[in-house]
Amino acid sequence: MNERSSNQSAATAPDEISLSCRGPLVMLFLHAAFWLVAASVLALVASLKFHSPAFLSGCAWLTYGRVHSAAVNAQLYGFAVQAGLGVALWIIAQTGRSPLPHPLGFIIGAAVWNLGVLSGIVAILAGQGTGYENLEFPFYSALLLFLGFLVVGSGALLAIHSRRERSLTPAHWFLIAALFWFPWILSGAYLLLTVWPVRGLMQSMVVWWFGGNLTFVWLSLVGLAALFHFIPQILGRPLHSRQMALFTFWTLLFFGSWTGIPSTAPVPAWIPALSAVMTLLTLVTLLSAWTNLRQTNSGGQPLPGNLAPLRFLLFGLGMFQLAGLMRIVLSLPVLGHITSFTWFAAAQIQLQSFGFFSMVMLGAVYFIFPRLMGTGLSCTKAPLRHFWLAAVGCLLVALPWALGGVAQGLKLADASIPFMVISHSTLSFLRVSSLGEVLILVCNLMFAMNLLMTTTRCASTFFLPAFLAITAQTPKAEVKP
Amino acid sequence: MNYGPLVFLTAFVALSASWFGFVLTPQIQIGRLTESTNTLNTAELYPKARPGQAAQGLQVYRANGCAACHTQQTVQEGTSIDVYLLEVGTNAAAVATALVNANVGFTRIDDPGFFLNLPKNILPGTTIEAAKRAFKGAQSAGAKAQIRINPQGPDIARHWGVRGSVAADYLFDQPVMLGSQRVGPDLSNVGARLPDVNWHLLHLYAPQQVVKGSLMPPHRFLFNVSKAGQHPSPDALQVPPEVAPAPGYEVVPKPEALALAAYLVSLNSSTPVFETPMTLASSATSTNSPAK
Ligand code: HEC
Repeated sequence: MNERSSNQSAATAPDEISLSCRGPLVMLFLHAAFWLVAASVLALVASLKFHSPAFLSGCAWLTYGRVHSAAVNAQLYGFAVQAGLGVALWIIAQTGRSPLPHPLGFIIGAAVWNLGVLSGIVAILAGQGTGYENLEFPFYSALLLFLGFLVVGSGALLAIHSRRERSLTPAHWFLIAALFWFPWILSGAYLLLTVWPVRGLMQSMVVWWFGGNLTFVWLSLVGLAALFHFIPQILGRPLHSRQMALFTFWTLLFFGSWTGIPSTAPVPAWIPALSAVMTLLTLVTLLSAWTNLRQTNSGGQPLPGNLAPLRFLLFGLGMFQLAGLMRIVLSLPVLGHITSFTWFAAAQIQLQSFGFFSMVMLGAVYFIFPRLMGTGLSCTKAPLRHFWLAAVGCLLVALPWALGGVAQGLKLADASIPFMVISHSTLSFLRVSSLGEVLILVCNLMFAMNLLMTTTRCASTFFLPAFLAITAQTPKAEVKP
Repeated sequence: MNYGPLVFLTAFVALSASWFGFVLTPQIQIGRLTESTNTLNTAELYPKARPGQAAQGLQVYRANGCAACHTQQTVQEGTSIDVYLLEVGTNAAAVATALVNANVGFTRIDDPGFFLNLPKNILPGTTIEAAKRAFKGAQSAGAKAQIRINPQGPDIARHWGVRGSVAADYLFDQPVMLGSQRVGPDLSNVGARLPDVNWHLLHLYAPQQVVKGSLMPPHRFLFNVSKAGQHPSPDALQVPPEVAPAPGYEVVPKPEALALAAYLVSLNSSTPVFETPMTLASSATSTNSPAK
């Protein structure tokens, strides 16, 4: 087991904690892996339409607009939030050194969540999407997401409440905030878009407010929690500075929540201006996280067998910076006017949600899974190979988009260049990026297969104890410290 | 921070603040717009709700995710101000002197050709102060002048719109789909530049036949290919031979396609509004020039 908990296994043996996590986490991670594969298949289909517009165009369900938003939503809700919840539960159980209460509750919550994602993706493909970016799921799917999150999230808060190790770690701050943040923004957005719909451009304001708070604040909260937790643990040394982590936390919440309004938005000028200032200020969030984690990492050696997870985490940290800087570029008045509406913006989203968040989650899952199952991964060499393929794939998608986007933006700003010429000049970039999409799909398949095979291989040793752990009443003494 | 409730409070305060700033305050500022005659030069009511078929077309646009490739927002990067001389009046020499004295960059005007081919832009891209001085000078000398305000920016130069989009343009749409990617052209005024429903139907059926090298995927699922019976459908699309169905068959737009085309044709936000002042080039009589 990890160093910290094996040193002081005074209260509970780590096995008991991991055992309580087994059912819920396997459920969350396997489903997350499934959606990750689904998202990359959908993204690849969308990408291939730039090789031949007529590709799969005969069927309404596979038209570009639907497949594209299905891919985005599968990535966000199917993978990102779900994997984030799993990693959060693990961190909470491990640092609090107390088993998760009521594992069955988590499993039910996760099932409801996945029902929400499934119904949402089907609805989008069937043409029932809402048309709001990042909020394409219809109301009923969002309601399922909300309920599922509520069940899992309140279980996580209960686990924090009943922790035996009383002091809160930096990862805890980020996770507690994230557990509240998501239901707040989701309900806030859907109430104002569907229940008491606001009129006109206010819809876009709500969508931007939600988008910034999900894709920047929420993903950063959970991703940074994982970085602050796992990097010190893998290196076997403490986090460089708790104060600096607090600073990162505060600036992320107070500046990050005011970002997300595009510089070109046709709303009163103070709104994009304020958002631009706040986005610029998130620079301190980026820098403080970077310094803190680089200092923690510098000169350190990962504990044996943890090289691959560390690589994933450090790559994620780097992409967090890059995506954050690109986000600042997009929000600024002059640079933003050139780059928004181009593939540069798509590259930013790709780096934020895949390069940063997914990579951190993948690293965390590769770290957690063997400890969760009590055996090695089915394929031990796979994580390192996966890392290289995923890193190359991610950059092969994002770099052509970013470069092509800048070229596209500069040409769009020159009205003497006909639109069709610009449209064709981006094609070669888009076609290179399809290659990246293929690599990412291969990695995601490797990941899903690895988890699946590890789970089935030790099914006999897995199901019974997990089943007992789930069905056993948690003794009172363990819940209340 | 060692207390969970403190973390909760921080998060709550941070998120509520951003909600007040970016949801509640704009709601007070732009969320309560209504249609009005708050337009320039014209007395027409603006904005108007889309007619029924076009409103249904908005839903087809939503369902098929057209916004993944198309934006609906014309971006304006400021304005430029021109002074047009409309008529010289009786005393060209006096007008010339007045313009020179207005101190707007003319040192002397003695070329008689200066007053030919009116109306003519005599001060392109000037400042508002200079425009006012030139305007007053010309008028006092008996000439007729006009200050024109032109919205600027690449989008406007591409004829994607005559002015920047404003909140009022979206008032009656549910959902509003501004879009964030320009794989295809901006559509906020596509009805103004492509007003023909049949053009749109054919373009949806076979974009590559209408626009050579188009990257837009065909949307043939919006059409039925059916046997042309004794009485061919009056709605049947005239398709070029390259994409024509087998002989004896015809391409009939489904109601969705007709609604979508009606919606596209209804996309037009050319009405001048106070938020982005501009002068209609055609209206030579009245002007919203700030000089008056
Ligand atoms: C994969 C991206 C993509 C999707 C999805 C897409 N378009 Fe397009 N669209 C384009 C491109 C590229 C062009 C420019 C070439 C052309 O005119 O065909 C275009 C052009 C157009 C034009 C002509 C605009 C002009 O100024 O010439 C209209 C109208 C249009 N699209 C409507 C739609 C509608 C309606 C939908 C949804 C059913 C849609 N598009 C979906 C890419 C897309």
